[in-house]
Amino acid sequence: MVPETYYIALSAILFTIGALGVLIRRNALIIFMSVELMLNAANLAFVAFARAREALTGTSIYSGQIIVFFVIAVAAAEVAVGLALIVAIFKTKQSIDVDAMSSLKG
Amino acid sequence: MSVDLILFMVLALIAIAAAIGMLASQNAVYSALFLVINFATVAVFYLLLGAPFIAMAQITVYAGAIMVLFLFVIMLLGAERLAPVKVLPYQRPMAIGLAVVLVVEAVYLMLVRNPSMAMINPPTDATNTVGALQELGMTLFNQYLLPFEVTSILLLVAMIGAIVLTKQEKKGEQK
Repeated sequence: MVPETYYIALSAILFTIGALGVLIRRNALIIFMSVELMLNAANLAFVAFARAREALTGTSIYSGQIIVFFVIAVAAAEVAVGLALIVAIFKTKQSIDVDAMSSLKG
Repeated sequence: MSVDLILFMVLALIAIAAAIGMLASQNAVYSALFLVINFATVAVFYLLLGAPFIAMAQITVYAGAIMVLFLFVIMLLGAERLAPVKVLPYQRPMAIGLAVVLVVEAVYLMLVRNPSMAMINPPTDATNTVGALQELGMTLFNQYLLPFEVTSILLLVAMIGAIVLTKQEKKGEQK
């Protein structure tokens, strides 16, 4: 028996570490990984809420798992496009430092 | 303390340590490998929460496909490390302070102001059978059929987008 609140607290901590990564790192790839970490923390909260709801109502609830499935699919699409963007930026700037990306024209 | 509470605590420690390791390591390859550990522990959490299908999707899609793509790009670009440049001196402490504020706010809103008394039981045998998986599939393809189809179109669009973005432009071609 694990209280639901423990899972939510863990999710909040992982989300904050991800947000901190976006704030303090300058490597675009690591910023991107931090975004993935935040998505993951939200997914964990989704499944924990669904499971707690199941315990309260006594029936099986699959919606929580299905939305996580969709989030994983969307994250895969996001990573494909995002990494292609990073590669394209690297080709013109020779760097993936986010400080270098200060002009609109490539 | 029950077995699953001990398991939760140990896994939570591993997950948080891996996340901090990802944040702190200077080499992007190490960051990616720490993130794989984090994704694997989250997959075990999904098993503890009675969601075996999501746990396997997490391992194959996140820890497998997405992280391999990340490692591939890191090594392709050779951008493991950035050259050290001058940063704002107050930026890092300020970011940490803001992160602490964020976690305190989140914990206050979700755990103190509106606490949930629900307990999460360890998964029963019924959640780990083909029957449960079948029901999940029935829900996905009946109730959530439209989002499923939209997701497939989104994946197609992402694929085309990635190809267009990385396509070599011919010399002399006007945009």
